[in-house]
Order: sequence, then C-alpha cells, then structure tokens
Amino acid sequence: MADLALDILSWVLLLTGGIFGVMGGLGLVRFPDFYTRLHAAGVTDTLCALLIILGLIIQAGLSILTVKLALILLFLMFTAPTASHALARSALVDGVAPRVEKSDATDAD
Amino acid sequence: MDTVLVMTTMLVFITMMLALIRALKGPTIYDRILAVNVFGTKTVLVVALISLLKGHSDLVDVALVYALINFIAIVAVLKLVKMGNLGDAGEGDITDG
Repeated sequence: MADLALDILSWVLLLTGGIFGVMGGLGLVRFPDFYTRLHAAGVTDTLCALLIILGLIIQAGLSILTVKLALILLFLMFTAPTASHALARSALVDGVAPRVEKSDATDAD
Repeated sequence: MDTVLVMTTMLVFITMMLALIRALKGPTIYDRILAVNVFGTKTVLVVALISLLKGHSDLVDVALVYALINFIAIVAVLKLVKMGNLGDAGEGDITDG
C-alpha cells in the first residue's frame, strides 16, 4: 500500500515535470521578445528539473543512486539561475532592448 | 512504472525539439545561447531518465558530469561572444553592468 502511494506520487511528479518542460518549450518558441523567452525558459527549466529528479529519487529508493540524483539536483539548482542571470545581464548590457508596451492612459511621462 | 518513464522521456524530447526550433530561428545570439542551455539541461534529465528506465545506474554519473560541463560551456560561450576572447576581462564583461 505504501509502495503504491509512493509510486503514484512519483508518477505525478514525473508527468508534471514533463508537462512543465513542454510549457517552457512552447514559451521559448512563441513569446515575442528575448526577455520573455528567458523568463519562460529559465523559470520552467528549474521547476521541470526539480520535479523530474524528485520523481526519479522516489523511484530509485534509498541507495547511492539517490545521492547522485540529489547531487545533480543541487548542481542544477545552482547553475540554472546563474546561467539565466548571466544571459539576461549580458543581453541587457549588449543593448538588446526589452519590448515595452506603451499604456496611453496612466503613464503621463 | 516503465510507461510513465517513457512518457516523461517523450515529453522532454518534445521540449528539446522546441528548443532546437528556437536555436535555429533565434533573431539574436542570446536566443540561441538560451535555447542551447535549455537543450543541455533537458539532456541531463533524459540521461537520468534512461538510466532508471534501463536499470544502468552507471549512466547517472554521465548525467552528473554533463550538468557541470553544460554550465561551464554556457558561461564560456557567453564570455566568448561578449569579449571575443576567453582571456580578456573588464569593460563589457558578462558580470559587468
């Protein structure tokens, strides 16, 4: 019974992670501007990796495999935001302009 | 269990395909680097999924090393694009601004 509950939990985590990955990929293709694409890819990348590797950790049970998967998760949690930050900052310094919608009513300046 | 792992792998493959589309289309160089970054992260996940799917627990080491190399490669390529040279530092560097 407990095994079945853990299995179902890991299935839910794995599939949710996969679906979040596809959503990030769709955002990467369809969003209009570099910074929105960075948002879609950078945010879902971290969440997708987190959910999928947590699901795999539950599947793997308690062994050396679990430690290695947890290390992968740790490295991804550090490196993915760092890479996103470096990309955003270098694009901004390099003059890739953000796309701004002018709202005509409120912002008078 | 195997069915769910295969379905997740397929979903990650779809994401990799979408990232490749952006890498080919990307108007700026940063779009391409971003797409390659996503592709590399998803490669790590696919290698980890395949290692549990086939029961080859050695493959997890490959995923671990790939996660590190992917990050180093992204930062190095970014620096090469920004500075034109891996050795230079200073004005306009990737940590500048």
